[in-house]
Amino acid sequence: MFEIGLGHYLTLGAIIFTIGLVGIFLNRKNLIVILMSIELILLAVNINLVSFSIFSNDLTGQIFALFILTVAAAEASIGLAIIVVYYRNSGTIGVEEIDNLKG
Amino acid sequence: MIVHSIFFYTFSVIAIVSAIMVIVSKNTVHSVFFLILDFISISCLFIMIGAEFLGMIMLIVYVGAVAILFLFVVMMLNVAQQKNQWFSTTKSSSHIPVGLIISLIIFFELIIVIGGWKYKPDLIISLSSLDISKEITNTHAIGNILYTDYIHLFQLSGMILLVAMIGAIILTFRQRKGLKRQSYFKQISRERKDGVQLVDVESNKGVKIDV
Repeated sequence: MFEIGLGHYLTLGAIIFTIGLVGIFLNRKNLIVILMSIELILLAVNINLVSFSIFSNDLTGQIFALFILTVAAAEASIGLAIIVVYYRNSGTIGVEEIDNLKG
Repeated sequence: MIVHSIFFYTFSVIAIVSAIMVIVSKNTVHSVFFLILDFISISCLFIMIGAEFLGMIMLIVYVGAVAILFLFVVMMLNVAQQKNQWFSTTKSSSHIPVGLIISLIIFFELIIVIGGWKYKPDLIISLSSLDISKEITNTHAIGNILYTDYIHLFQLSGMILLVAMIGAIILTFRQRKGLKRQSYFKQISRERKDGVQLVDVESNKGVKIDV
């Protein structure tokens, strides 16, 4: 309980990953919150990589976490640009209103 | 050790609660604020277990760039007052229980995998080629292998950032009608014979210029 090991960090990563997943599944609001949930999921992956890197004494995990950070920044900028263009074209980004594909 | 665990539990409880608040808060601006709190507490955890460089970079990149970008977009699109309608929407709410059940199943699968898992005994020795030494700092060690062993991936991530920048500019660029713009090409390619004209003027006649 008081000895913080790898399992604690992995459990924290699993909890945050699941919260992000719930945010994507149950979102009723707008697309920006879905993008934030994707950021949460990437954060959970980063927690896993960094904790494995520290506890197995190998720096490669931190390098990969750095690359994930880069990709997350690129993904956020492109996603927000797409959201801005969609809002300009259709006037809404509510999840309920976006039903052009009739899925 | 007890202080370490107290800090760990404090930061992780803050991180989990703020992650929940990101997805359930009614106002989108509040969601962005809780996202910032989440990033800050996770980067405190990173600094605590010894990945100082990554924690600081996460503060800079996520809190300084990504979250501010989210705030800008929320401000631009005027969706801050759009109310969240959890479980109270009329149409197509039938996927909510299924989504909850699938999320719970994924969570318990992850917990089962974490609980019943251990290293192979000789794995630690076999993968310690890039081990974390105690003499140099974390930033120094990352720099030592990031610019040598991983230089191609590093430059590739730079290309990803360049492509993302160009894509974001092209996606959101809009040519407005009726806006006077400077055209560098027309300015530079204008020649003397287009603008200046020499006219022989006879006396007492004057000159008539047809424009």
